Amino acid sequence: MRLDDADRRLLRQMMADPALGTAELAERAGLTPATAWRRVERLGAAGILKGRHAVVDWRALGWAVEVSMRFTLDKTEPRAFDAFLAAAREVPEVIEIQTFLGRVDVRLSIIARDMGHYQEIYRDRILTLPHIADIEALMLVSTIKDSASLPL
Amino acid sequence: MIALDDLDRAILRARVADATESAGAIGRRLGLSQPATWRRLRRLEAAGVLRGERLALDAAALGFGVTVFLGVKLATKGRVSLEDFERAVTAIPEVQMVQHVLGLYDYRLRVVARDIADFERVLRRRIMTLPGVGDVEANVLLSEERRPGPLG
Repeated sequence: MRLDDADRRLLRQMMADPALGTAELAERAGLTPATAWRRVERLGAAGILKGRHAVVDWRALGWAVEVSMRFTLDKTEPRAFDAFLAAAREVPEVIEIQTFLGRVDVRLSIIARDMGHYQEIYRDRILTLPHIADIEALMLVSTIKDSASLPL
Repeated sequence: MIALDDLDRAILRARVADATESAGAIGRRLGLSQPATWRRLRRLEAAGVLRGERLALDAAALGFGVTVFLGVKLATKGRVSLEDFERAVTAIPEVQMVQHVLGLYDYRLRVVARDIADFERVLRRRIMTLPGVGDVEANVLLSEERRPGPLG
C-alpha cells in the first residue's frame, strides 16, 4: 500500500494521541469523518495499523518495582532460545519479552511489588529458567519518553 | 491503592488486548451490563490504572525496518546534568523510548531507523553528539511480545 499525505497526517495524529475518536481525529487531520474512517479502515486492512491497546500502570496497582533483565543464553544448546522463551512466558510477572542480535540474546521486563518480592521472583522464577549463561539487571528509575511514534 | 476483583481484571485484560472494543461488548462477554462495565472502566481510569493507549503499527511496512535498543552510560555525571541529556535525547524523533535506569547503564533508549545505514546516521549525528554521552551499547531487536502480566 502506498501512503499519501492524508494517510501520513492521519497516522501522525493517531501516534500523537492514540485514544482520539474518529470525529476528532478527522478534524485534526483536516479530513471529513467519513474519509478519515475509510482511510483508517484501509490502513488496518493493509496490516499497517495493527490495533490499539490500553496501557496498564503497574505502579498504580501496587507493582512498584520494574527490572529489565538481560540474558545471554548457552548457545551450545540448540533448543536454548525456544526452551527459554517458553519457560519465560509461564512467569506471570514477565510483562515483556524481546530477542536481540548483539551482546544480549533476550531481555525480559519483570515487575514486583517491592524489593523483597523481586528477590523472591529472581531466585525462584528467573534463575531457574533454562540455558542461562549470563544475566544483567537494570532497575527502572523512571520512564521519560515512551511512544510508538515514527518520524514519518 | 485500588483493589481489583476478578471482573476488574477481566476488563483490564480485554482493554489491553483491544482498546477499541466498546464497554457494551466487553460487558456482554463478562455477563455485565453496559453501564456497570462503563462504571468500572471509569473507576480504573480515575485510579490511574488505565494510563492511555498505545498504537500497534507495522513499523517495517511504514519503512522503518530496524529497531535498536541502546544502553547509554553518561561520561560526565555531575558536570552535565541529567536534565540536559534528557531534554536533548527526548527531542530526537527517531528515539521512541527513554528510560532512566540503575545498573550497567544510565539510560535505555529505543531507536527506530529505516535501515542499518540510517541507524548509523542517527547514532553518529544524534546520539553520539548528546551532552555527556559516554559508552554506548547497541542491540538490534529481532522480536518482541508484550505479556498480559499478573492480571490473573
